[in-house]
Amino acid sequence: MDENTDAAPPAADPAAVQTPVVETHGDDQALTELHPNYKSALRVEATLASIPFLIGAFVLEVQAILPPAVIMAPVALLALAFIIRLPSRRFYARGYAMSTDRLRVVRGLLFRHDTVVPFGRVQHIDVNQGPIDRFFGIATLTLHTAGSHNASVNLSGLGEQLARDMREEIRSHIKREAL
Amino acid sequence: MTDEVGKDIQASASGVPRTAAAAKANATKADAAKADATDEPRRTAPIGLVVSAIGALRQTIVPLVIGGFAFREELGALGGLAFLLLAIIAVNMGVAYLRWLRLTYTTGAEDIRVESGIVSRAARSVPYERIQDVSLEQKLLPRLFGLVEVKFETGAGGADDLKLAYLTESEGEALRHLIRERRDEEAAKTTDLAGEAEIEESGEVLFSMDSRRLFTFGLFEFSLAVFAVLGGLLQYVDTIVGIELWDPDLWQGWIESQSGWLSSFGFVAQIAGVVAGVIALLIVGSATGLVRTFLRDWEFVLEKTARGFRRRRGMFTRTDVVMPVHRVQALVLGTGWLRYRFGWHGLKFVSLAQDAGAQNHDVAPFAQLEEINPIVRAAGFEPPSESLDWHHASRKYRFDSAAIEGGFFALAAIPVAIFAPLPFALIPLGLAIFFAAANLYAWQFHRHALSANQVFGRKGLLSPTTRIASRVKLHSVEIVQGPIAQRRGYATLALGLAGGAFAIPGLPLARARELRAAILDSIAARDFSELAR
Repeated sequence: MDENTDAAPPAADPAAVQTPVVETHGDDQALTELHPNYKSALRVEATLASIPFLIGAFVLEVQAILPPAVIMAPVALLALAFIIRLPSRRFYARGYAMSTDRLRVVRGLLFRHDTVVPFGRVQHIDVNQGPIDRFFGIATLTLHTAGSHNASVNLSGLGEQLARDMREEIRSHIKREAL
Repeated sequence: MTDEVGKDIQASASGVPRTAAAAKANATKADAAKADATDEPRRTAPIGLVVSAIGALRQTIVPLVIGGFAFREELGALGGLAFLLLAIIAVNMGVAYLRWLRLTYTTGAEDIRVESGIVSRAARSVPYERIQDVSLEQKLLPRLFGLVEVKFETGAGGADDLKLAYLTESEGEALRHLIRERRDEEAAKTTDLAGEAEIEESGEVLFSMDSRRLFTFGLFEFSLAVFAVLGGLLQYVDTIVGIELWDPDLWQGWIESQSGWLSSFGFVAQIAGVVAGVIALLIVGSATGLVRTFLRDWEFVLEKTARGFRRRRGMFTRTDVVMPVHRVQALVLGTGWLRYRFGWHGLKFVSLAQDAGAQNHDVAPFAQLEEINPIVRAAGFEPPSESLDWHHASRKYRFDSAAIEGGFFALAAIPVAIFAPLPFALIPLGLAIFFAAANLYAWQFHRHALSANQVFGRKGLLSPTTRIASRVKLHSVEIVQGPIAQRRGYATLALGLAGGAFAIPGLPLARARELRAAILDSIAARDFSELAR
């Protein structure tokens, strides 16, 4: 979201990041920005995704079916936009707000999803890290609910320690079922 | 060292029966009064063997008959076939017997355990507390032998549920009773359900359908599915008999040979033929609907018992399903375009359990609203009424959806106008106007409301469907906006409902946020664990 662009970026040092708890909940509440490394992680993913297309374009270019650069130039331009511009826009479109009893997750550029999960409905919680996430020291927090729609709500791009803290925090809100 | 190991094994080997015996002694002490609560492994009913053997035979009978038909000239081959038949029966019986021998179930102090498998053994233990309910199902064959299939619903979803195929009816009932008693001992010692358990079998009848109602229902269940089945059968015959049914030459030849005969009747007779054909279709379609309805919903009874809702139905396959009231997550009140004109509606319960493969439980498939309303109230819901604060979708959404639906056909008119004679382009244009108008008109029938405890969503012009969800039983709330919706300022509110979908499209953004805030406050006020009981 644009209103977040001018907000001060959170410190990159994971030790300094605290679990931000917003006291109020509502739609005008400020969203917390994700870990700055997440933008780089998105960029790496975009790069990996565009490599096959670049190779394909290069092969066609070598075949010399069309005049030079007719294929390679637009593909390379698209790939550049995809790698440089898009991850940044996706990053600023995402955010979350954790209040005392619920977690709000906002994501999506084209299709905007604004999901709120009350802690009282969380069945179990995952913290996942892919290889790229591990390199950048970030993690994905996944909340599982019993609902058919939104059976699992993913919040990517949290600092690793923050994700674990949030998991503990949310877990402490889940009442144990009487055994 | 080897001696020591040997001793260990011996000790543990002798230890197992000792602890088992001790557990048994404990259990018998605790449940001295209950005859059913033995800890000994028990087998399913032996007559079940006959049922499974016949069942297995039924699968082989069709290929065998076809084989017999194909080899009807050659006696030797026929003899071989008879031998093959006997061999198949023998192997089936043998396998079924071994399987029966190796399948035991134990009703322990805390769980029910089922051990099965001929070569590889599987042992499954389900704690009583996790068993949501026990349902009994009787298909035609087991019913003739007085057997039932007992299903333990754990909420894990259809396929993963524990099943015991073929106990005697009395054993099944006893098991169901035992498990309910045990579960109550485990879970809710505070609530005194023991007295209620006694009266449970004689519940209050909420809804039932007599044969007259079934007949009316069957007429509305008009279906031409029988033709699809016939088509499939013809294809089957096609491959066996060797007549090329789909070969155009065959039919062309046949029509040519008959055409002189047909045309001799003249125009009026041809029209009469068409009318007769349509009437035949109607009769076949209605008959199919009637047969299906009678088979499925014969002696349909819905009762409210202390345990929850109990529904029994079916002619040959009799099912007996019990659903605790607290497991009803939402209601779906639907109808068909024609039956709606006569005031008929159908009520379904949304829950995590599945009903014969369907997502929702039919509780009143064909009823008038005044019959449905008491059921809705019995489930702890309030039926929708006009006095609610009904809201419509955004007007921008109305315009956009009409423009999109109409625009699709308007675009289709362009290639038609280019490649076909001009009058043909009027067809998609007409459709475009029709769909745009229908969308604009239907808008006023799409509405939603929020009451103190519930969310209502209604859609559909010719056959309206109303969804009713309990606010506290929702699990998440999401506002979704596509690219058009973002620019036009409306959104879809998607509710996380267990076992079903519930979304309200085209809300003005402010209204969507207002609904979300209200629903979330209801959800957050009560924890999930407080919902269950």
